[in-house]
Amino acid sequence: MSCDGREVITLKLKKLRSFKSLDRFAKEILASRPADGIRVAVCTDTGCRACDSVKVYEAFNREIAKERLTNVEIKATGCHGFCEKGALVVIHPREILYTQVKPGDVPEIVAKTLKKGQLVERLLFLDPETGARIELEGEVPYYTRQMRLILGDNTRIDPTDIRDYVALDGYQALRRALERERPGEIIRTITRSGLRGRGGGGFPTGIKWETARKARGARRFVICNADEGDPGAFMDRSICEGNPHSVLEGMIIGAYAVGAHEGFIYVRNEYPLAVQALTTALAQARQCALLGDNILGSGFSFDISISRGGGAFVCGESTALMASLEGRPGEPRAKYIHTVEKGLWEQPTVLNNVETWANVPKILLGGLDWYTKIGTGDVRTNPWGGSKGTKIFSLVGKVRNTGLVEVPMGMTLREIIFDIGGGVGKGKKFKAVQTGGPSGGVLPESLLDLPVDFDALTEAGSMMGSGGMIIMDEDTCMVDVARYFIDFLKDESCGKCLPCREGLRALLEILNRITEGEGRKGDIRLLEEISEGIAATSLCALGGSAPNPVLTTIRYFRDEYMAHIRDKRCPAGVCKALLHYAVIPENCTGCHACFKACPVSCITGRAKEIHRIDAAKCITCGACYDACAFGAIAR
Amino acid sequence: MNRVDTIHALETALAAERERTGAKPLKGTAELRTVRQILAKHGGKASQIIAILQDLQAVYHYLPEPELRFISLKLEVPLTRLYAIATFYKAFRLVPRGRHEISLCMGTACHVRGAMRVKDAIERELKIRVGGTTNDMRFSFETVRCLGCCGQAPVMTVDEELVSRLDHLTVGKALERYK
Repeated sequence: MSCDGREVITLKLKKLRSFKSLDRFAKEILASRPADGIRVAVCTDTGCRACDSVKVYEAFNREIAKERLTNVEIKATGCHGFCEKGALVVIHPREILYTQVKPGDVPEIVAKTLKKGQLVERLLFLDPETGARIELEGEVPYYTRQMRLILGDNTRIDPTDIRDYVALDGYQALRRALERERPGEIIRTITRSGLRGRGGGGFPTGIKWETARKARGARRFVICNADEGDPGAFMDRSICEGNPHSVLEGMIIGAYAVGAHEGFIYVRNEYPLAVQALTTALAQARQCALLGDNILGSGFSFDISISRGGGAFVCGESTALMASLEGRPGEPRAKYIHTVEKGLWEQPTVLNNVETWANVPKILLGGLDWYTKIGTGDVRTNPWGGSKGTKIFSLVGKVRNTGLVEVPMGMTLREIIFDIGGGVGKGKKFKAVQTGGPSGGVLPESLLDLPVDFDALTEAGSMMGSGGMIIMDEDTCMVDVARYFIDFLKDESCGKCLPCREGLRALLEILNRITEGEGRKGDIRLLEEISEGIAATSLCALGGSAPNPVLTTIRYFRDEYMAHIRDKRCPAGVCKALLHYAVIPENCTGCHACFKACPVSCITGRAKEIHRIDAAKCITCGACYDACAFGAIAR
Repeated sequence: MNRVDTIHALETALAAERERTGAKPLKGTAELRTVRQILAKHGGKASQIIAILQDLQAVYHYLPEPELRFISLKLEVPLTRLYAIATFYKAFRLVPRGRHEISLCMGTACHVRGAMRVKDAIERELKIRVGGTTNDMRFSFETVRCLGCCGQAPVMTVDEELVSRLDHLTVGKALERYK
């Protein structure tokens, strides 16, 4: 639609009018790169931008201009994944990884690494286990256990330059599909690959496509769902920002397979950079005749437009998303008739998630044998029989290595959280992991050996969802977490059906009461009863899964509910109404830090004297607790 | 009626409507240029209504009533429907915003890393509640659901700028440089 004030980066590009011209284009790109060329990839994804990575990128450009280095190319790329250590810089071809790079470090990197091939030791990743510096990206423990099919190309691609994508076999899967395969064959391949929807539903993609192809309709549509509403998940944003063409290629192949000529990408309003990257990618793909009329001279025509969401969680639901695309409030409808048969403007419509679309070219290029070896189960005869391929998770919360991780399906939660994520850190104890966003659930330590795939997590009461994985430690209150999700869902409920609208409000009322110390005997039973009602009678899947956070926290952390209700105590020290702060006289050094931190001046005491908190004035904000370096504030 | 006549008729209707309600002074043709351009860009199609409102808000930081009335008349979409859309989607505002817009992320990762306390601290600092605007129009403060920067939690944006790894003890200081 529009990204006013944001530039679309244009390049001089030729229309590719035949399959062969795509190959020629790829060869030209590779030939234009110097043999001894060095490519510096600076992560300028939204996350690293918060760590000044744009200034790092600019500093590199200034330095190489000053030093007149002609064999060095500086690339502003999408997410490399290791967000904890941003800003990240990877230097190809050796793949040296520099972490936490500041703009001021750049002259040294240029002088040493780019000019002389030496390392800047202090910027290399420091392995906390061994205390050794690690030189290469591929050797950092965070990356060694991963399998980065979808994210791996991010350090090699400038998302605003289609040539980087084409140079890495980009659009070759499309070319092969258009040149050699009939739509039915492509659908069969996707079905047999066992690819299931990465947005949370886990529905076999091939079956969706086949139904849409067979459905009757004057027009057909394909849609990319980039309305990544689950709080704590950002893999779709990172794919759109880092490798937008992989999504477009998947969509064009899908459109060809189901016979669609129009497509839409529905992007979240909160993701301005993703909109910009996709808009640029669309413009460049059109310039190259990879989109529009007569794609690669094949006679097939297809185009895509971008729609920005309006900040409504429910619009991630298929029928609500389509209502929004039609310019209406995004309210879901009952799905007696599926959207693959009657979707957008009552026409057959295929809706897939960003990550699902990005998998499509990989499957067609890599082949079935290769793809079905990755993951769990057996999908040869039944696409529901397993979970194939990789899944990207955003590993966040109370974990040492935050960021995006891509692992083969079937890896256990423990491996992801402890081997890749490095555990909880700060000497705290792991308590739970939340998966699947507000529709998912909370899993305790005893379930850490669960393999992560669509079916195992659902059995445990959670779900894989779009891939948010939020780690919680002993300082996280599970009742508060349930309250948080229900508060979120109550706000986001579209209000169309009663069980979701009123049921969530009732749940929230009870949870608020419990966290405020007003919990009553029988509350837990009441929460369970209301939850069952909501799950059984809501109109759409969002309502149906909304009670999961409550049900799983009760199932696995009942004792914490009891502590709140019976003892009026919050064991994790989160629920403000249940907290009391007081100075421990033996520990107080009279340093005055708490006095300065207190926003309501309820602390009295002169320097070097023991301080006191006036409980009547205290708002239990916790500022003194966090400001005290001597553990002299009791909670 | 040809196109020019149609527009003329609509504008007359708009003037009459304004006269009748007497709410706000009618904007002149020149003042409505922005909204006209936006409508033209989207081909005046009612199905593009959300995009039209987004573009309008990008200019004014909220949806001004005169412009909404103009759009309603031009697209022949009832004002109630525009209101339904503007209130259903969280991105739209119907009241003017402060010079700087703070959006504090309340995603799950930010929540478990203490976003609630940051929220309380900002409310105390600015003496407004979430959703409010300071009297001097310096700040508007709101919470959003996940900015997708969970690796740097807790985070907020001030206007376009991302501020990360927030702390309830220091967030007040971080706001000082926005005048």
